[in-house]
Amino acid sequence: MAAAITLEGISAGYHGAPVLHDIRLCVEPGERVAVLGRSGAGKSTLLNTIYRRYAQCAALIPQASSLVANLSVFHNVFMGCLDRHSTLYNLRTLIWPPAAEIAAVVRVLEAVGLKEKLFAKAGELSGGQQQRTSVARAMFNGRPLVLGDEPVSALDRVQAGDVLRVICERHETKIFAMHDIRLALEYADRIILLQGGRIILDEPASHLNYQRLLPHFEGEVQ
Amino acid sequence: MKKAGFLPALTYGSATRAFLLAAIIALPLADLSITAVHPGAEFRRLWMGILSPDFSAIELWSVVWTVAFAVLGVAAGSTAGLILALFFDRSRLVRLAAACLRSVHELFWALFLMQITGLSPATGILAIALPYAGIFAKVFAEIFEEADRSAENVLPYRTAAVARFAFARLPVVAQQLKTYTLYRLECGMRSTLVLGFVGLPTIGFHLESYFKEAHYAEAAALLGCFYVLIGTRRLWARPWTVPLLVLASLFVLPQVSGNGSIWSNIARFFGHDIIPVPLRSGSLSYGAAWTGFASWVWRITVRQIGPGTLETLVLAQIALIAAGAIALIVYPMVSRRFLGRLGHYLGRAMLVVVRSTPEYMLAYLLLQLMGPSMLPAIIALSLHNGAIIGYLLGRQADQLALRIDAPKGANLYFYHTTPALYGQFLAYLLYRWELILRESAIFGILGIKTLGYYVDAAISELRIDTAALLLVGVAVLSMSVDAFSRALRRRLRIEGLPVRLSAERGASSPRSPARYPDAGHAQEPVV
Repeated sequence: MAAAITLEGISAGYHGAPVLHDIRLCVEPGERVAVLGRSGAGKSTLLNTIYRRYAQCAALIPQASSLVANLSVFHNVFMGCLDRHSTLYNLRTLIWPPAAEIAAVVRVLEAVGLKEKLFAKAGELSGGQQQRTSVARAMFNGRPLVLGDEPVSALDRVQAGDVLRVICERHETKIFAMHDIRLALEYADRIILLQGGRIILDEPASHLNYQRLLPHFEGEVQ
Repeated sequence: MKKAGFLPALTYGSATRAFLLAAIIALPLADLSITAVHPGAEFRRLWMGILSPDFSAIELWSVVWTVAFAVLGVAAGSTAGLILALFFDRSRLVRLAAACLRSVHELFWALFLMQITGLSPATGILAIALPYAGIFAKVFAEIFEEADRSAENVLPYRTAAVARFAFARLPVVAQQLKTYTLYRLECGMRSTLVLGFVGLPTIGFHLESYFKEAHYAEAAALLGCFYVLIGTRRLWARPWTVPLLVLASLFVLPQVSGNGSIWSNIARFFGHDIIPVPLRSGSLSYGAAWTGFASWVWRITVRQIGPGTLETLVLAQIALIAAGAIALIVYPMVSRRFLGRLGHYLGRAMLVVVRSTPEYMLAYLLLQLMGPSMLPAIIALSLHNGAIIGYLLGRQADQLALRIDAPKGANLYFYHTTPALYGQFLAYLLYRWELILRESAIFGILGIKTLGYYVDAAISELRIDTAALLLVGVAVLSMSVDAFSRALRRRLRIEGLPVRLSAERGASSPRSPARYPDAGHAQEPVV
């Protein structure tokens, strides 16, 4: 089977300041990859770079929930599959959502525990609820590759575990940027450690443990 | 004022000095005399009239029509502006069209449109809608550009443009668009009032005759009525009342008969009137027609556009400096930092009066009182613009972070607030420069020999071709001043500061909780 993602010597940066250096990465379909690293290590840049290259088959959960505050949770989630319908159907859904779409969105919201907020304005939700809406949008998008940039950072550990589990059920290949080592070891089967824009460790999660990774996060709260 | 561009180092100080110098040079060229025989007595009569308004004289239909023209004009203008805004950053043609539309004042539009649609409602509505479409296009495009794009960046690959716009762009800025449009309705009412001075059946029509006949009690009542309408705008013009307002406005429009068929008027206007005289008869392939045309353009440029432009610049330059001076005097009076709560209330009251008093009407009134010269125009322009800038500066002063042991009174003014706000002050003033210039050109209709004087004269002599050429001159002048003001603001590094009176725009839009610093940029790494 062809690899889901292949990056060969990618460098990237903003406004001339390099953030990633010579990234070589191959991810097979079905893998669950956790990208760890201190803040500023280049995790978000790596995910955004992958998203730009694989936008046709990828759903993104951005670090900021990036919702449209004035629209309902339903519409924000529905936005995940705007590309699959005609413009006319999309506009109709904006004004008068069809029952089938509502039912489909409710199923996804159930999975992230947000069913009761279906028609609440996204701008009125708490940070955690917004993050779950953002996750639901990616799940509704349903593309095989999901790129989650700290997708559960605003949730407590139990909720975070639940949400990661449902994302994993929904998408074939998962790449999550995370900073919680324990959560990463529990839900990923491969760990990539970024430091200063370079991959300094890339191993199966089963070969690693908390104690071995902790020194790389010295000074950060775990 | 052109000198500012050549100066090696452009600082707040040198820019100020250059503008002061330009105004000093302009001063001897301006006619500042008071020619009225008894201006004092006339002012006393005005004051007595204001104190005893005669409410029985209110022409109710003129008030209704003022609102109706404004509602329909702004509705049409904002709709057209929204459509133009969608293509604003993609099409140079759209940007140019919008710039041309807004560089011609609504009064000039009205004078032209009267040639086609006479004194009908269509003239009033289009005279507002056309320039406002240009303004809306620009402002809406800016709102779209500044909008938070983070949700748009996450949309699935290949989402169609319309869906992209409807889901992730429009809802983000809807509140700002609404707020700005309703604010513009207020400006539209002021503009509509002024259209009455050239014959449309709005409030201005009656004000003109009241002022002319010194019936100040009647004028005060009618104007008071207008102030109340503007002051209560937030109560009656809300997003949900807009459809009702539009429908009701369509229903109450005055019936105007006569003036011939519109289609034949259009044919005459574009087929004959607006074509330059030397090109009207005969074939365009003859060289003679074109040499005639060239000498026609040259004659009008030298005899009318040249002197008119000079006079317009002289008026605008003096008014600009006077407005700046008034703003610097007024702002502490409307700031909590200096006068506490009293300053706050004074500021609101001043804003309502200034917002509801059209400069053109003020200039007309002052001309009646003081006699014809440039002085009434300077006073009207500088009071209006100075008060608006003063109000905005006062609000900015309220928001300045002061240390606990900050000085008070004059020390606070000279050592803290004024230096801190000076960049903002220049930004406001440079932005208003173009507005003052547009208005200066218009004041020609009142008899001051700015560009508007020649436009008005040409139209009343039915030399529409000449008027059209003059308007091109007006448009070029106001676009150049706009471009020059922008360049100055860029070089002074004050281009990012807020400049509009409706700048509460940012504050009144719901804060997007999904917005984090840099979130928008982080989506676009350069690989």
